[in-house]
Amino acid sequence: MTDPLLSVNGLRVSFATPDGPFEALRGVDLAIAPGEVMGVVGESGSGKSVTALAAMGLLDRKGRIVGGEIRFRGADITRASRRRLRPMRGSAFSMIFQNPRSALNPVRRIGQQIGDALRAHLGLSRAQATAQATELLRTVQFRDPEQRMHSYPHELSGGMCQRVMIAMAIACQPQLLLADEPTTGLDVTTQKHVMDLLVGLARERGMAMVLITHDLGLATHYCQRIAVMEQGRVVEENAATALFAQPRHPYTRRLVLASPTRESTIESLAGGDADLPPRLPPARHVGQGPLLDVRGLVKRFANGTIGVDGVSFTIAAGGSLGLVGESGSGKSTIARMASRLLDQTAGEIIFDGQDIGAVRERDFHRTRWRRDIQIVFQDALESLNPRFTAFDSIADPLRRLVGLRTKASLAAEVEAAARRVGLPIDLLDRLPHQLSGGQRARVGIARAIAVRPRLLVLDEPTAALDVSVQAVVLQLLERLRRESGMAYLFISHDLGVVRMLCEQVIVLRAGRIVEAGVTADIFENSQAAYTRELLAAIPYFVPGSPTSVTPPNVTGVPA
Amino acid sequence: MTVAVARHRRGLWGVANPATIVACVGVSLLLLVAILADWIAPYDPLASNVRIALQPPGAQHWMGTDQLGRDMLSRLIVATRLDLSIAVSAVALSFAFGAVIGGTSGYLGGAADRWIGRTVDVMMAFPLFVLAMALVAALGNSVANVIYATAIINLPFYIRFARAEVNMRRHFGWVEAARASGNSHARVVLFFLLPNVLPGMAVQISLNLGWAILNAAGLSFIGLGARPPTPEWGIMVAEAARFIATGKWWLIVFPGLMLTLSVLCFNLLGDAARDALDPRRRR
Repeated sequence: MTDPLLSVNGLRVSFATPDGPFEALRGVDLAIAPGEVMGVVGESGSGKSVTALAAMGLLDRKGRIVGGEIRFRGADITRASRRRLRPMRGSAFSMIFQNPRSALNPVRRIGQQIGDALRAHLGLSRAQATAQATELLRTVQFRDPEQRMHSYPHELSGGMCQRVMIAMAIACQPQLLLADEPTTGLDVTTQKHVMDLLVGLARERGMAMVLITHDLGLATHYCQRIAVMEQGRVVEENAATALFAQPRHPYTRRLVLASPTRESTIESLAGGDADLPPRLPPARHVGQGPLLDVRGLVKRFANGTIGVDGVSFTIAAGGSLGLVGESGSGKSTIARMASRLLDQTAGEIIFDGQDIGAVRERDFHRTRWRRDIQIVFQDALESLNPRFTAFDSIADPLRRLVGLRTKASLAAEVEAAARRVGLPIDLLDRLPHQLSGGQRARVGIARAIAVRPRLLVLDEPTAALDVSVQAVVLQLLERLRRESGMAYLFISHDLGVVRMLCEQVIVLRAGRIVEAGVTADIFENSQAAYTRELLAAIPYFVPGSPTSVTPPNVTGVPA
Repeated sequence: MTVAVARHRRGLWGVANPATIVACVGVSLLLLVAILADWIAPYDPLASNVRIALQPPGAQHWMGTDQLGRDMLSRLIVATRLDLSIAVSAVALSFAFGAVIGGTSGYLGGAADRWIGRTVDVMMAFPLFVLAMALVAALGNSVANVIYATAIINLPFYIRFARAEVNMRRHFGWVEAARASGNSHARVVLFFLLPNVLPGMAVQISLNLGWAILNAAGLSFIGLGARPPTPEWGIMVAEAARFIATGKWWLIVFPGLMLTLSVLCFNLLGDAARDALDPRRRR
């Protein structure tokens, strides 16, 4: 390898916390060659972001470098002063962050913000800065850069905001770009667009790039070399192809197994644990027709926008239907109307032959169907009352909907639900913030299944989880469905997950159904162009395949 | 919030700053004096004896006697009970109603929220003490009405606070989860949202107690609410005002000091609670 552009040797970073110092990095070694695109992959808490921040000299006051060194082009910048680092930021290295909207100043026009960066680093005049900012917007593929210069961040989509951030990051021709989860929170098609643009720009300008991500698929798609981090250490580092074809470290092996590939099934995720029970006939279903029959569902919001525009579908008892779409497609709105947490503007919702859509959401908690339709929410932490222990959270629906009052009967049912979701009984008296992400997800699922519903609505239940936890939760959901004969309405932006879990799938766009059918058919042989676009955008993790960097199309893609 | 509560405890009892300790000791003393007033007062606060009128502080009467020869110390001790009960009842009332009204308003949003919001704005546009005077004058001159008036003028602050805090949380997943678990909207507000807002409101309560004491004393100073010969700090200050020029300093200094110190203690307690609950203000 040529002389590295940035090298990190034995870096140790410690954070001051109320409970004493916490060592976030415990000896990290990394080296990035000029012009190289390198991936740093790890789950939450592995220290991948801290590494980037330390390299940029951006650790906050609580974080301290306690050992090791950081060299940029051979010069030691480990403890370089602010004054020395400031001119380097932007021109030598720059960084783009997750959640671009919060990184942009909401009260200044984007043209001004890009101009600020240019004038601060390059000392350009106002006119020069404006001209160059326009040019940069064109580089990041804004279709009408002159007009967009005058836009405020809130007028742009998430993907556009991220492209503005990229424009600012590359404004001063840095040699190294650190991208920290640059596409987390963006839709798959937008993610593909942003990543193609980033990698294309890096190629074109000979800029080195570090892509920090939790997504193995994304890293293998775009990076030549990948380092895997776990608990503040780099446990394995290799060329992208070799790393995942022959993972040497047990942690890498676990990650590879848990990452969905184009062929993986629920059984194959996370390897060995495939002893799923046989499927049971649907429980407690008397009627002949489908369990849930939604007809012509429409939701118009108070401000006049139409969230859902005439959606119809059915779910058979014990069946599973996936609702797929990008943000703004109306999938969560449909989930809330079907689970009677939101009133529809028009349309019928027939559950087990009864028109439950006629019951207003504010009265629905009094009906017997409240028990039959339960919902699991997206962010497990946010969906648990911070003042309730796990026990209280699971016990609440049992008290309200089953009418259990005595301590003994409640404890018995709560513990039974906890056992079904694999939540250790001794964690039941913990508060949400004392639980891990996977444990919180289990509490959320236990709360929903404790009352033995017939239809479970799952609103992106794994979106906030690490891949290894996601694999376990998906297996749990599949097992529960087979054991109990519940029907699932599964909401997700992740087609890969839907493919594994659902028999039927509906693709939504802007509140309308684009395509509906049996999952296998849609994935093998989709009729709608939009579905094919969605499918093509999934950065599937392909173990052992040569890295396939899509040739960037720097001029052609419209903004 | 639970994290905050845990920190709160550590903040108060672990490495408490001196002001916090002063506030806690002061408030505990005030409460103790109020509860034990009848037992610890050395003399009958109402027994007048003109022969010992206007005596300066001495061995017999530690804080001297007033123009009717009543023991100042005993009167101050017994007055603590009245002033604290007015303040505590008023604050309890405004907290209870403010939390429910504000919480409902923030949870429902829409037209109800706008109406409540505008009403609160109108109330806050009045000079609050003048509003309290008007209310007592209109409702009738009694201690109970002083409590109601104090409660009403404090209400807007609780409504605003509860509204903002609930409004921020109403789209959280656990609120929807509570609905799916079979809770009505009313239950969600009362048993899910308000308990989560409580730590923040504790700060408001503590700061408010100081204001409520001042307000009650202010009203009786101008002759509303409690009436002589009832021992009350505001009345004592008002009666003493005549004797300032003649150098009878103990008549006004001690009631004034009691007022100042009690308000100070409650304010310090409020500040301490706010610091302890707000992680950003902790070092």
